Amino acid sequence: MGPESIIAISNLSKAFDSKAVLDEISLQLNPGENLVVLGKSGAGKTVLLKCMVGLLTPDKGNIRIFDTDVIKCNHATLDEIRTRIGYVFQQGALYDSISLRDNMLFPLMRNAKFFRTPVDEMEQQMETNLRSVGLLDAMNKMPAELSGGMKKRAGLARALMLSPEIMLYDEPTAGLDPFMAQEISDLILTVQREQGTASIIVTHDMKCAKIVSDRICILHQGNFIAEGSYKDIERSGDPQVSMFFTT
Amino acid sequence: MFIKNIEAFLVELTDIFRFTGLFFNNLFVKRFEFDEWINQLYKTGYRSIFLISVTGLILGLVLTLQTRPMMADLGAEAWLPNLVFVSIIREMGPVIMALLFAGKVGSGIGAELSSMRVTEQIDAMEVSATNPIKYLVVTRVLATTIMLPVLVFYADLIAFLGSFLGMKAYSNISFPLFFSQAFDGIYFYDIIPATIKTFFFGFFIGIISCYKGYYANKGTEGVGYAANAAVVISSMVIFVIDLIAVQITSLFEI
Repeated sequence: MGPESIIAISNLSKAFDSKAVLDEISLQLNPGENLVVLGKSGAGKTVLLKCMVGLLTPDKGNIRIFDTDVIKCNHATLDEIRTRIGYVFQQGALYDSISLRDNMLFPLMRNAKFFRTPVDEMEQQMETNLRSVGLLDAMNKMPAELSGGMKKRAGLARALMLSPEIMLYDEPTAGLDPFMAQEISDLILTVQREQGTASIIVTHDMKCAKIVSDRICILHQGNFIAEGSYKDIERSGDPQVSMFFTT
Repeated sequence: MFIKNIEAFLVELTDIFRFTGLFFNNLFVKRFEFDEWINQLYKTGYRSIFLISVTGLILGLVLTLQTRPMMADLGAEAWLPNLVFVSIIREMGPVIMALLFAGKVGSGIGAELSSMRVTEQIDAMEVSATNPIKYLVVTRVLATTIMLPVLVFYADLIAFLGSFLGMKAYSNISFPLFFSQAFDGIYFYDIIPATIKTFFFGFFIGIISCYKGYYANKGTEGVGYAANAAVVISSMVIFVIDLIAVQITSLFEI
């Protein structure tokens, strides 16, 4: 782990039914940085994110977040780390039996860390976050009443409720029209700028990658095959890399 | 193939026991989800009343109408209310209502939790450091454990009314006479073991349905499978528990 990196992954491997999805990969995330992990569908991008937050257990390797080994640590420590991470799911993953308002308050109401926080303060934070993604008017709607883009924005607003230091975005623009995709990409930049978060954005959307990335890593067949800024990657002569720019 | 099936069955049984352990581990964790529990009591209890009422009424009515000719031939028509009521309280009420409950509530829980699993809602709870077992499983299992005995008690009363209507269709029996004939041979040992087993029925319907839903996979296909498996396994377990309950009751000769 470098002296500055807040996430350090080394030699991480994960296989499903003997098919290697991640094959001894290593990765660092620096404070305040937007790192885009680019790869085709099924390349293992989501698996990588899920390993980081303990939703999947890797077969081999190390993941250190805030200098803690999240694979070997106990459940309480993992939960403590999770409160410092915001995870934006591909489809929003809003709890569909409760309103958007309750979705937003859900993580705050159920974390011992916030038991002493006054409800007024939580409500105020909820309103601020919903306003920042343009959904304040939809506060009392149920998730089923929201469009795909609104669900993604709501998922982002909910992930921000715990004031995370790291954001993980799983395909934030997948399935959206170009206007909404641009809006989500702008929101990712706004979050980075205003909240000072470091982010890992997994995507196969080049337009999104161009807008939000400080650095890009390309994942192909379980390995990182290229790393650098958008311009560096664009200039690469590797056919596996240039494929992302030509298709 | 046979060995593999046995192995898969034993693995699943172990997983269910482990899941039951998780339920008890989280049962007394601080900040009980009271609002969600009340919500589940409403969903599992109040929303089942119509189904339970209709079934209970028909159960009492049909049992009476089918048993009456035989009892009349034996000249024992006066024992009919008691015979029907004992069979309802001891066996028919608890088992039939538990099967209905598994079909309605168990499949609902299995489908709800499995769709939460495949749409990553359970993952979202975990990554926000909230405890999905406490919020989703503890509240639902406690609701089914408490509501099923209440619903069975209610169904017994409705079946009693259905039985009276069945008697009334063929005779001029008054309600006080029917009441005294029905309750004449009813003792606490008819009611208590039957009530205790309904708690177990409710508990296992809740645990099995939550287990099948919580660990669902394979996308939308998994949702259908979880709902179906919740009903099938719960129904089978109801009969197994019933068999064990009969053995225990016989053991104590009550």
